[in-house]
Amino acid sequence: MIEVKHLSFAYAGQGEKAPFLTLEDVSLTVPKGTVCAIIGPSGCGKSTLLKAIAGLLPVHGLKGSLTIDGAAVDPKKKCIGFMPQSYGLLPWRTAEENIRLGCKIRHKNIEEASFKALCEKLGLLDLLKRYPGELSGGQQQRVSLARMFLLKPDVLLMDEPFSALDAITREEMQEVFLHLWQQSRVTTMLVTHYVEEALYLGGKILLMQPNPGRIAEFLDNPLAGDDAKRDTPAFTAMERELRRKIQAMRGGNGHA
Amino acid sequence: MHELQKTQRVLLSYFLGAVFLLALWWLIAELCELPIIPTPGKVFERLARIFTASIAVHGFYSLWRIAAGLLLAVAVGFPLGVIMGYFKKADRYLAPVVYLTYPIPKIALLPILMLLAGVGEISKICMIFLIIVFQVVIAIRDAIRALPQETYDPLYSLGANFWQIFREVIFPASWPKFLTAIRVAMATAISVLFFTETFGTQYGMGYFIMDAWLRVNYLDMYAGIVVLSLLGLFLFGCIDLVESVTCRWQKRI
Repeated sequence: MIEVKHLSFAYAGQGEKAPFLTLEDVSLTVPKGTVCAIIGPSGCGKSTLLKAIAGLLPVHGLKGSLTIDGAAVDPKKKCIGFMPQSYGLLPWRTAEENIRLGCKIRHKNIEEASFKALCEKLGLLDLLKRYPGELSGGQQQRVSLARMFLLKPDVLLMDEPFSALDAITREEMQEVFLHLWQQSRVTTMLVTHYVEEALYLGGKILLMQPNPGRIAEFLDNPLAGDDAKRDTPAFTAMERELRRKIQAMRGGNGHA
Repeated sequence: MHELQKTQRVLLSYFLGAVFLLALWWLIAELCELPIIPTPGKVFERLARIFTASIAVHGFYSLWRIAAGLLLAVAVGFPLGVIMGYFKKADRYLAPVVYLTYPIPKIALLPILMLLAGVGEISKICMIFLIIVFQVVIAIRDAIRALPQETYDPLYSLGANFWQIFREVIFPASWPKFLTAIRVAMATAISVLFFTETFGTQYGMGYFIMDAWLRVNYLDMYAGIVVLSLLGLFLFGCIDLVESVTCRWQKRI
């Protein structure tokens, strides 16, 4: 469970510049075993919120409280899997070394059987000796997912995980992710700018608005995780409504 | 098989380069017909005769001075570069010191070094150290600075400590730049070594070549020059070999 209470964050102002507020009074609870999709126009603090939970922001800019399973966020104690937009692979390590890296850092033992099963499921067995520079975007994404699901973190945080992929690969990866997720049900937060992706993956949807970043709505989404519901009128209707809300936010702030 | 073919091709290109240079040398020698430009044949004949007897020991002295200076430069320069690249505050104080001292031609410091450390081994090794260390510091620092924050983030969020960050990110990321810096600095180091070896020593390729020149023994002198260039080739070859083994990940991006 991830609990955020009255969280604000300001980047320290440099010189005479005033501190820049990117998050204002954000409170939410993501129950254990759910996927929460964060969506909103650019500049709404989606990524900042994710980084705050990952323990990556400077403490002096943070106000409010952040807890994972009741304990304050501390990367040394809780196992936080963070996947940045660029997949976070190290170019000087092979795919296999990259997959094992998470467990290596946490000093976790790897069961060779589960490592192999996971690689097989993701179609990576033939690519293990390659370097990230020799892999396509979709393959790099698979390696990154393999790292996370081998590690089995307490929470999984993904920053626009599928954005850099083409539409067909993206849908494929969404399904791969859901498939893996349904076996472990790790508490997940993911940032996306695709409404459709948020609806398909997120059992909860956090709609944020910009200037400064704050919560607009926190919705339950009964349509998530089921491929069959993707083509229903309910899905399309909800998609349209969310899109309208996001567009309204943009309009409200002028097209600056 | 692929790697082997590549190695063969590299060796072939070096061989062709050597043949070209030798042909040029031979042509000039034949055209000029001066005692100061002997033909390659005579020089190599002399080289074969005196190599084990006299040149080898001079070569080893030069090689040892380069190795000692290089090792010292890495021992000081690598940690300093890491500190300056990773800790921005440290860089703010150290960068001016480095930038103010880097452009000074190190050879201009030779008189001071000789007064302080004597004309023996230490001043020669210090000279090579001074030439290489700055290149290493700046290459390492810039390599680390060029890393995007996203490279660190997944490791930070897993609570990685500094040594883990060093082993997984900082060291492998700066290694290729480090080798390049050594390669660039090596050429300068060899020429300055030559110069320093003309003072206060009876050993080293610099001494051997200058001594042969003063004795008007041109064949010996040319043999020395050939050995010096082979020494350089050997050092560059070593760096290339290390690079091709350790930086495989970089070639394919």
